[in-house]
Order: sequence, then C-alpha cells, then structure tokens
Amino acid sequence: MGVLRYVAKRLGLYLAVLFIGLTITFMLPRLMPTNPVDGYIGQLQSRANGTLTSEAIAEMRTNLEQLYGLNGDIFTQYVGYLKRVVLQFDFGPSFTYYPQPVSAMILNALPWTLGLLLTATFIAWVLGNMVGLVAGYFHKKRAASVLEFLGILLYPIPYYILAVTVLLLLAYIFPIFPLSPTFPVGQMTPEKIGMIFYNSLLPGITLVLAGFGWNILSMKALAVATTEEPYVTYARLKGASNWTRMTRYVFRNALLPQVTALALSLGMVFNGALLTEMIFSYPGIGLIMRTAATGGDYNVLYGAITLSIIAVATAGLVIDLIYPLLDPRIRHK
Amino acid sequence: MSMSKDVDPIVMAVPAAPIVKSRRRGSLVWLFNPRLAIGLVILVIMGLGSMILPWFAPVDPSIQASYMRNLPMSGVHWLGTNSLGQDIFWFLVFAIRNSLALGVLVAVGVTLIATIVGLSAGYIGGRFERVVMLIVDTFITIPLLPILIILGALIRGNTSFFTVGLIIIIFGWAWDARTVRSMALSLREREFINMARFSGANTLQIIAREIFPYVSAYMVVGFINVVLFAINTEATLAVIGLSKVEVPTLGSIIFWALNYNALFTGQYVWLVAPIVATVTLFLGLFLTSTGFNQAFASKRGVS
Repeated sequence: MGVLRYVAKRLGLYLAVLFIGLTITFMLPRLMPTNPVDGYIGQLQSRANGTLTSEAIAEMRTNLEQLYGLNGDIFTQYVGYLKRVVLQFDFGPSFTYYPQPVSAMILNALPWTLGLLLTATFIAWVLGNMVGLVAGYFHKKRAASVLEFLGILLYPIPYYILAVTVLLLLAYIFPIFPLSPTFPVGQMTPEKIGMIFYNSLLPGITLVLAGFGWNILSMKALAVATTEEPYVTYARLKGASNWTRMTRYVFRNALLPQVTALALSLGMVFNGALLTEMIFSYPGIGLIMRTAATGGDYNVLYGAITLSIIAVATAGLVIDLIYPLLDPRIRHK
Repeated sequence: MSMSKDVDPIVMAVPAAPIVKSRRRGSLVWLFNPRLAIGLVILVIMGLGSMILPWFAPVDPSIQASYMRNLPMSGVHWLGTNSLGQDIFWFLVFAIRNSLALGVLVAVGVTLIATIVGLSAGYIGGRFERVVMLIVDTFITIPLLPILIILGALIRGNTSFFTVGLIIIIFGWAWDARTVRSMALSLREREFINMARFSGANTLQIIAREIFPYVSAYMVVGFINVVLFAINTEATLAVIGLSKVEVPTLGSIIFWALNYNALFTGQYVWLVAPIVATVTLFLGLFLTSTGFNQAFASKRGVS
C-alpha cells in the first residue's frame, strides 16, 4: 500500500512537471515583445537586399505561421502544440538548416550529452561520497578536515570558472589537451573513438570536479550526524570493526538522503553540463542550444528545451522510483 | 522520510560545533568562528573596495578604445589592457560591484517572494499548500538554464541589466520557498509558540518575538546563498553572451576574453584575473554563509 501511494504521488508530480514545463515553453515566446516570424522575415529580407515586395512578404508570413503552428487563436495553437510535441515529438524544421527536422538534430546530439553527463555524474557521485564518508566518519581527526577543505574549496566555484580554469591549466599552461577540441563525425573507427574519448576528457574533468565538492560536503554532514546515532554506538560496543561500522552502519544510512539529493539536483547538474558543452564546443544539446540562440533558430531552441525538461523530469522520476528498493521503511509502511 | 526530502547542501554542510558554554546575553562573542571571520573579511574588503574604488576610476571602463590595446601589466595599467582597449583592473572593479549589486537586489526579491509563499503555504495548509508545493517542486525540477537561454535569445539587445535580475528572481524563488515552508511547518508544532499563545500574545507579537528570532538565522544564510546563486546565474548567461555583456560583470569579462581568444593570443591575465576574483568572492560568500550557520547552530545548541 505504501509503495503504491508513493509511486502514484511521484507519477502525479512527474506529469505536473511535464505539463507546466511544456506550458511555460509555449507561453514564453508568445509573451515576448519580439516575434520570431518577424525575425525570420527580416533575415530573409536582408539576404535579398530588400528586393522583396510587400505581397511576397505577406505570403511568406502566412507560410511561416502555418509552418510554425502560429495560426489560429491561442487556445488552438496550444492544443496543436501539445499534440505535436507529446504525440509526435515534432518541432518542425530548423530555420538555419532548413529543411532538416529539429527532432532529428536533437536526437543526434542526445547520446553525446547523455554519455558525458551520466559518466561524469556517476564518477563524481561515487568519489565524492567516498571522500565525504571518510571525512565525516573520522571528523574528529585532523586529517579529515583536509578532505572537507577540498569540498569547501570546490563547492562554491561556478561551472564556467571551473571550465575556464581547467582549459587554462590543462590546455594552455600544461598543453596536454588541445585548446579547441575536434569531434569527428560519421562512421566510427577505433581511432575516432579514441579521439572522441581524449577530447571528452576536459569537459568530463570539469563536470566531475563540479559535482565532487557538493557530494563531499553533503555526505560529510550526513555521516557526522549518522555517526552519533545510538545504533552506531551499539555496533561499536558489540565489537564491530571501524570498517564495518563505517560501511555497513553509517554509509548505508547516510546514502538514502544522498540519493534524494541527487534526484533534486539533477536540473542543476544538467545546466552545468549544457554550459560545459558550450565552453568546450562539445557536440551535445548544449552546443546546439548555443548555436540556435545566436542564430535565432527558435524551433531548435524550443525542441532542445522541451527535451531538457522531459529528460530531467524523467531521470528524477527514475531515481525516485528506485528509492523504495533502497529504503525498506517505505516498503514496509 | 519527509525530512530526507528537504536536503539542502548548505544547511547540511554545517559542521558539528561544540556548544559554547560561557555565553552571556547581549554579547556577540558566540557569533565568532574562524569561517565566519575569514568570509566576512573577504566580503568587506571586496564589497567596500568595489564600492569606493569606482569613484577614483580615470574613465568608465566599459567604454572601448580608451587606451592602447593589449598593453602588458605596468604601473599605469596594473593588470594591463585588453583587446578592446579597456583597462582590465578597472573593468574588474566595476564587474565585482555590478555583480554584487545584482546579487543583493535579486536576493531581496527572492527572499520576499519565498517568505510570503513559504509562510502562507506552511500556515494555511490543506489544498492551497498542495497546489503551491506542486508549483514549487515544478520550478525546482525544471532546468533553469535552457529557459534562461530562450529568454536571453528572445530579448537580447532590448534588455537592461535590471531586467536580467528580474528574470532571475522569477525563476529563482522556489528553493527558498521550500525551505521557508518546511521551517513554518516545524514551527507550527513547537511548544514555545503554543506557550506564547496561551500566555496571551497576539499573532503579530508571536511572529515578531518568537518566530522571527528563530527564523532570522536561516534568512541570513538563505540570503547569502541567493546572492551566490544570482551572481552565478547572471555570469553564466553572460559567459555565453546572453546577458547584457556591455555591462561589466564577472561573467561578461570572461565572455569578452573568450570571444577575443585571450588564450590563443597569450593574454592570460585577462582570464586569470576574473577567475581569481570570482573564486575569492564566492569563497567569501560561502564561508560567511556556513560560518553564520555554524554560529547559530551552536547558539541553539543543536549541532
């Protein structure tokens, strides 16, 4: 019963997040003073050196509005938008790379982002929790505060500073990596895969460093609190070794809030990944977003943001649904 | 279970401080701890410096081509000049001032909204609370950066620095509202509130005399964290060119340095100076916030 309620509640939140997120994406451009269609027409006009007649422009406007689902009243547009996005995952064609469909561009970039993001998050989470556990369990020892200091130093540094610093250190002062990385496309050969791995290391290091500090600090605080619990004292009196107490008693109990924290911070982690991609020209969703933002390619932007919302919400849902498997208290409620 | 949902890394980062035995009423000695001291020193130096120094600036550093381009460090230009003919030192001073001002402005707005939403959700409860918390959770879950990128792309050029702050407020209040609401929930059940009520105190008195002293600690810490968040968000937008990049901020200086390939041309000072400044400022803010937290925790005797 407890589990069912928990799952139902979580699913409800998931659907609400998707609905509100999609609605925000729909409303934002319509509340703005600038109109994408005007922007496109302006661009085309300037390419044609202002030779377009007003009839041609009017016809173009109708076509563009048709193409981008901007005709009819706002309610019709909204229903049409939800139908296209939810049922067909269709965001229309890209403006810059016309007629390539936006969904194809995004699906091409998605594996890149996911690969980098999942690997880096996993490494940062495991490493950070291990260091934080040691720092928290031995918090009375002097050496442990050195570990915590590492977390304090890393945590408040924003992603973009980490990215630029890593670039400065490992590509400029110690030229181990290239300043502007290249990512080969097309048929994969072992050589190309090696090159991709090598060039992904810099953004990867940035993301790991960024997640590392946060995990150290929160795990340390949790471990300190858990060490004071009566059952840990009981284990010590029972004669359990330091190692057993740290791993079986403190770690397993401190891990649960850490899982929830991971689910809640996913949005932030994702933001960082997008930014890192932009700075390192890594060919994922982030880079697509940046190119689209500078080129005024709004369909691509809406596609990328919708996908981001769906991805982050789904990942949070998955983590929260795994949670009852880890926490027996929910199962036996 | 319900506790584990409200995981706040900053609040959790409070180390277990020993309870100060000898604390007298009215003395502020309990506030002192090394973290807070270091943090406040950094903040005071950077805050005052960035507010006073601009009065002595020879020219507005955001004007391009005031000086020769790419000058090295010297007695006249302490950090040299950049590829746009701006003095890097003065640009940095103005950047710190603008970023801090934006951070404080956003923090005021966010604290106001978060307190109103969080307190009303916590005290009114029922269906109202559920709807509000659903919206709050949605705002927390939705990745902020993509939305800001779209907004930035749509209003680029027609925006003021002030609008950027406003947008950050609109999308940044949710975390704090969640914290305030969980605080309100726990306060609602506390004995000393009931005690005050039974003693005949009215709601206003309870809020001012009982709740505010209790909540103010969290509000100080929360405020500083929002300042951090706001500076970071604006800088992030600026780095990718979607804020008002003509205004000197800690992000726009890096935007211009990257745009003019400072690393390829070997002008590392242009990048290193803002990195050092940002890291110092952020460390100062973070140490102040955790230091306050530590001090208040040891005062309450809950560590």
